[in-house]
Amino acid sequence: MSRIAARFESLRSQGRKALIPYVTAGDPEPANTVPLMHELVEAGADILELGVPFSDPMADGPVIQQACERALKHHVSLRGVLGMVREFRRDNTTTPVVLMGYLNPVEIMGYETFAREAAEAGVDGLLTVDLPPEEGGDLVQTLSANGIDPIFLLAPTSHEARIKAICGAASGFVYYVSLKGVTGAASLDVDAVAEKLSLIRQHTDLPVGVGFGISDASTAACVARVADAVVVGSALVKLLAANTQDLPAGRAAVASLLGEMRQAMDASQQA
Amino acid sequence: MSTVSKPQQTPDWRAFPDARGHFGPYGGQFVSETLMEPLEELREAYQRYLKDPEFLAELDRDLAQYVGRPSPLYLAERLTRELGGARVYLKREDLNHTGAHKVNNTIGQALLAKRMGKTRIIAETGAGQHGVATATVAARLGLECVVYMGADDIQRQSPNVYRMRLLGARVVPVSSGSRTLKDALNEAMRDWVTNVDNTFYIIGTVAGPHPYPAMVRDFQSVIGREARAQYLEATGELPDALVACVGGGSNAIGLFHPFLNDADVAMYGVEAAGDGIETGRHSAPLCAGKPGVLHGNRTYLMEDVDGQITETHSVSAGLDYPGVGPEHAWLKDVGRVQYVSVTDDEALSAFHRLTRTEGIIPALETSHAIAQVIKLAPQVRADGGIIVNLSGRGDKDINTVARMEGIEL
Ligand SMILES: Cc1ncc(COP(=O)(O)O)c(C=O)c1O
Repeated sequence: MSRIAARFESLRSQGRKALIPYVTAGDPEPANTVPLMHELVEAGADILELGVPFSDPMADGPVIQQACERALKHHVSLRGVLGMVREFRRDNTTTPVVLMGYLNPVEIMGYETFAREAAEAGVDGLLTVDLPPEEGGDLVQTLSANGIDPIFLLAPTSHEARIKAICGAASGFVYYVSLKGVTGAASLDVDAVAEKLSLIRQHTDLPVGVGFGISDASTAACVARVADAVVVGSALVKLLAANTQDLPAGRAAVASLLGEMRQAMDASQQA
Repeated sequence: MSTVSKPQQTPDWRAFPDARGHFGPYGGQFVSETLMEPLEELREAYQRYLKDPEFLAELDRDLAQYVGRPSPLYLAERLTRELGGARVYLKREDLNHTGAHKVNNTIGQALLAKRMGKTRIIAETGAGQHGVATATVAARLGLECVVYMGADDIQRQSPNVYRMRLLGARVVPVSSGSRTLKDALNEAMRDWVTNVDNTFYIIGTVAGPHPYPAMVRDFQSVIGREARAQYLEATGELPDALVACVGGGSNAIGLFHPFLNDADVAMYGVEAAGDGIETGRHSAPLCAGKPGVLHGNRTYLMEDVDGQITETHSVSAGLDYPGVGPEHAWLKDVGRVQYVSVTDDEALSAFHRLTRTEGIIPALETSHAIAQVIKLAPQVRADGGIIVNLSGRGDKDINTVARMEGIEL
């Protein structure tokens, strides 16, 4: 069983929901990332989503755009990100790591080379924001052959026929984008999310994660009541941005917000 | 002598893209899931209205009465004599309302927006020409208009910024990334994904996800349809060659497309070599880039070994773009069109040459095409002919040219 499937199964048996923090690899500098990954796990992360910096992050709001720019000042490449995962895996062999980014760095590396090196490094999933399943056939096959889950997005604009097709192509989990907009947008409508999730569940048994617009513990808890996983990104990245001169303080602030979310989610599951 | 070739003797170069927007390995729809349904609605509407007699009649009326089409095909006699080769014909897109070919496309897309019930128009712009052409049609149709423009371009092109504001558009500076056209396109995409219910995104060139490259080409193909008929009428034959500058590639494909199956017509797309291809400071992805994925399609890009998009350079803001329309990528690979490049200095010298010999001040973008004609005309038979797309007029560029020559206006 893949690390992602194993993690969701153990959570399900405990009656808990997955908490998935997103950070951009190499933000604000490369040496910060591996320690941060470990601290996120200690603070309650179940799966880590590691952003691959890209020069043109079209689906991201200003917070993650600037994180990409900070990382790119240090020339953090896709190969560099794989190196970080490899280093993380020396001390952690159980927490799944999903890379999130844009297609072009993967294209340049080549699908085969990427999939092989990513699997060797200990990557469990890949989410390419600008790759809908219609264009993704070759990459999906190559990833699957190397034991990496292709993670696909669903959106408020996805009609039922698309939901069905995308659920068919996905593995690991599916990721529902909670709102029309970019990462870091204001807030989401929990009722609308719940309605869409019940439609999605008619087409898949995979766990369904929800992201975009979750920035505090109470929203995380609300979403956890209807979803299998809660993804939080910009709210954490903002704390790194506010502490670029003091990296340990930045990591501590991130861990503290994530810890609050963990507590609120677990408390609301028990209630 | 060139003759009208029989389509069955050549591959049908005009039958692309396929149903999913692919030109061979290029094009496609590389966007986030949220935009897939809106793109499908757009594709459906565009394919329906391009066959709708009422829509086409309205488009033709606007092109005639508002834009001023057909634009003349002008024989540049003095330039021809000086170059001592083929006759040089200028397709006068500079005479269109707003001074460039861009309006052919914004008129078409704005009519589509109205049919689709959208009340808000957004656009990206580099030099400001597409922004002005968009603000113009939005004003005429009474639609809200927001134009994204790189913060550095706003500095470089302040007269066009003021023109857009006069026309009632809101111009939003983009300070992310390289603060130029590609970043403006990113920001327009972010706006679209957020306001997709009421907003129509008018892309200014044959880039972006399907159906944009095909749709913009279809609206710009009026250039080539007219030019082909005008040339046949004037000479009784087809031209030996076509020449156009390539930024994203909309004026070039607009001229080329109706001729693609005329096997004896050679075609030259001219990219910006900036300081010279060998310096790395240029905007010539077809001549010096490699394939990748950006802004919703697969095409040739300027990128580094890690797949990050690199900064571009050209004296002309309208060619300062790291990608190029996917149909051009494919026409390069299959060898139907030759892609060449022209430096800033060559373009500047062509700018002066056309101005002095013909009394026509070309845009700096267009000057790249003129520079290629200057090289090409002496190599073509003397009783032959070349059509060059005079994509825009150069009034917008006089400050840039003066500054480069150390003149204070
Ligand atoms: C006059 C003129 N020609 C050419 C271009 C380049 O665009 P394209 O390659 O899409 O024709 C521009 C863009 O601003 C322009 O203003």
